[in-house]
Amino acid sequence: MSNNPSGQPGSGDSGEQSWPEYLSSRESRGSFGPGESSAESEGSVPPRRVIGTPPPATARTMLADHGDGGAAQTARELPAEPPDPVKAKKAELIVAACFLIAMLAGFGFLVAYGLIGVGSVTDAQHSNLWLGGTLSLVLLLLGAGAVIWVRNIMPPVEQTEARHPLRSTDADREAFKETFEEGAETSQFVKRPLIRRTLIAATVPLAVAPLVLLRDMGPLPGTSLDHTVWRKGRRLVVYGTGRPITPGEFSSPGSIISVAPEGFQDDDDAMAKAAVIIIKFRPEELQPPTVLPWTVNDIVAYSKICTHVGCPAALYEQTTHHILCPCHQSTFDAARGATVLFGPATRPLPQLPMGLDSQGFLIATSDFHEPVGPSFWERS
Amino acid sequence: MSVERALESTGNWLDDRLHGARGVRVLLRKVFPDHWSFLLGEVVLYSFIILLLTGTFLTLWFQPSMTDVIYHGSYLPLRGVRMSEAYQSTLHISFDVRGGLLIRQIHHWAADLFMAGIFAHMLRIFFTGAYRKPREINWLIGIVLLTLGLLEGLFGYSLPDDLLSGAGLRILEGVIQSIPIVGSYVAFFLFGGAFPGHLIVPRLYILHVLLIPGLILALVSVHLFLMFHQKHTQMPGKGRTNENVVGAPTYPYFMAKTGAFFFFVFGALTVAGTFIQINPIWLYGPFNPVAMSAGSQPDFYMGMLEGALRVMPAWQWVFFGHTFAFNVFIPALVPLGLVFTLAAIWPFLEQWITGDRREHHVNDRPRNAPTRTALGISVITFYGILWAEGANDLFANFFDVPLYWITWAARVGIFVGPALAYIITKRICIGLQRKDNHLIEHGVETGIIRQLPGGEFIEETRPVSDEALAILLSRSDYPALPAAETPETAVPPSKMRGGLGRVRERFYKVLTETAPAPEVNGHAIGHGNGHAVEGNGQGHTAISAGAGPASADASEEDH
Repeated sequence: MSNNPSGQPGSGDSGEQSWPEYLSSRESRGSFGPGESSAESEGSVPPRRVIGTPPPATARTMLADHGDGGAAQTARELPAEPPDPVKAKKAELIVAACFLIAMLAGFGFLVAYGLIGVGSVTDAQHSNLWLGGTLSLVLLLLGAGAVIWVRNIMPPVEQTEARHPLRSTDADREAFKETFEEGAETSQFVKRPLIRRTLIAATVPLAVAPLVLLRDMGPLPGTSLDHTVWRKGRRLVVYGTGRPITPGEFSSPGSIISVAPEGFQDDDDAMAKAAVIIIKFRPEELQPPTVLPWTVNDIVAYSKICTHVGCPAALYEQTTHHILCPCHQSTFDAARGATVLFGPATRPLPQLPMGLDSQGFLIATSDFHEPVGPSFWERS
Repeated sequence: MSVERALESTGNWLDDRLHGARGVRVLLRKVFPDHWSFLLGEVVLYSFIILLLTGTFLTLWFQPSMTDVIYHGSYLPLRGVRMSEAYQSTLHISFDVRGGLLIRQIHHWAADLFMAGIFAHMLRIFFTGAYRKPREINWLIGIVLLTLGLLEGLFGYSLPDDLLSGAGLRILEGVIQSIPIVGSYVAFFLFGGAFPGHLIVPRLYILHVLLIPGLILALVSVHLFLMFHQKHTQMPGKGRTNENVVGAPTYPYFMAKTGAFFFFVFGALTVAGTFIQINPIWLYGPFNPVAMSAGSQPDFYMGMLEGALRVMPAWQWVFFGHTFAFNVFIPALVPLGLVFTLAAIWPFLEQWITGDRREHHVNDRPRNAPTRTALGISVITFYGILWAEGANDLFANFFDVPLYWITWAARVGIFVGPALAYIITKRICIGLQRKDNHLIEHGVETGIIRQLPGGEFIEETRPVSDEALAILLSRSDYPALPAAETPETAVPPSKMRGGLGRVRERFYKVLTETAPAPEVNGHAIGHGNGHAVEGNGQGHTAISAGAGPASADASEEDH
């Protein structure tokens, strides 16, 4: 019994004791809270084996060791009865009520699952309400019942356990050191550098292999960040309806719409770079550094992708001509080449060169002249 | 009786095979100290368990796929809309699976509670000094867990591929692109090409449901094992020392309490999941790179990074054909990096400065470590200002204040705020210590005024109870710095003479600044930093636990 490698690191002070020592040391440090049970009642309890106690043979030996002090050996560490039986009885009823209602709520949950279907927003809401409501009741009542039980029915107890320094004894450390060194010596790892070095050399490429294996996670960026799908002659179409735009239709000053390159409206990868807003101004409102030859009838096209971290810069304030990115509030002056007025963006929104085709629809006259969207290392 | 017999035979059956009777008995009687703040870590643990349970349920229907589909489900406003399968299956869980919406909302609330719990738990550990030796390893594990939690949360709420989370991914992509040299490569590898591509959701999915939770589970296990092995710290009180643990035994007390607490956490999350709508992705719509809602907010634990991006001025360098996007990668990496790094090195820094290599198992009251507490509040202020700045548009809207003013206030505030917070907190702590001293020295004021025979009025006081006194007197002392080798010449020891030694000495003075120790019967109790106590002229020559104030004085004479 005494050489029990219990493997329990938390066994603390009792780790190296035999059973009798262990029990007696426990006894001395256990201390009851208020309502310590009386000595007679403890004495009258016959020793009975429950889980975790030594088998009867050991228990008898312990009794024999101490002769007539048998009663003291079986002294309880924890009190058996709560200090106030009347209060405990009341609490017992409350706890039982909690558990009973929890059970009913649990059945309610099952019934609600069976009765309330889903398939529409209203049904889903009702189902959610009933399932969640009953489940909440079950869980909260279980918790409440258990807490009332602990606080009002279990007798209050405070125990003190010794704490020992975590540092092992010098002897143990020395023994460990010896064992470790012995092993190292026996393995010949230290003595035979050839094995050691070749082993280390063998693991080097192995360590690199996983990184190399990740190479095909994606293509290299190349120059793809520099370009969009805009080309000379590509029509601007209204994002959503996909209709091409004539300057005549888009004639009320101050209006703004989102625009896609024709044919790429549903291509998220393309749109993530190519999304554009066009804004109609009154004559003379547009000022440099807006590139005026790239505008048509006081309509200007800017990239919608914020030059900060790429959110769609979508909020437009007509009176001030400010374009505001809703993510981090970079603010651009739409009348002056979308220059930055405030916020963390460093560059204006790139302007798309725009013209008209033979049918009078708005077209791009080239791709953007600079990369759109957030900054990146290769961008010059 | 029959239950007892059944238990007994089961127990014996197991013990015949596992030899556990003795070890398990010790476990059952292991003493756990109790304090409300010790529940914060349990909140995190139980939230995590609930996340695993609810998350598993969600995977039964969720499809981590970005394939385009046209929606035909039961949410009418989105019928006929093009969306990804991920988004469609999230709608399916919400509207066509019984209990799906409930479990989804519990999952999201549990994630928020998990992170909130980590923050609160971490602050508790910091302010009570529970990270001190021997618990530095667990402190570091905790910081790793916090980092993993941030990633896990970010990846998790990005999965439904809705407009809000897509914007989050877009920002993530922009931030990664801004990293010098490797940025665009890393972004292309992560997204499998240009943003958004079709791979990011399945990739984040496997990280979110397997890799990161696996790591968290492993680290949580180690975290708990170490807590168990080293035994929990305890709050100061009568009879509580660094050599004992005072509390209730695991079985039945701790088990019952913690079981109840699990039900409370689960119950509270269920109430939230039932009655408080969270992340209604059907209102945001499916992701597309062209749209964005005003007033978009990430989950709260990402708010600080969001605020850092917003507060940063537009700085950028371009030279030699390369772009240094300081406006993006500085706010993305520096503020949070600073907080985490400082947190990680703090236990070791404090140890080096104070020279305190002892084990600490009784927690500090925050007031009794004024500098540490002030530093903590200072960091909270820094974090908090950036966090609030992350919602600057909402504040501007709600309080009708110009948006740019708020950003400017935050730009100034992140420098001024922490400094002010430090000074004020330190003064408050020392003030509270003085108040404690008053209680110890003069007792509790009773409000009874007595007139002495001579006509003098005095107020009666009664002595502080033993329990309260034990708490009041629980100030940790600091070992003195290595002092002069020979007191006559006052030459400091060699390791204190160099530049590093001088730095340490300077920090030592700041770190050990406290109110003077209380005087009881004319003798100082505990050890202050040497103010107001005359030295006895015998400088100590080595670091010693609780060395008297004399040695502190001696080291002050160094310059």
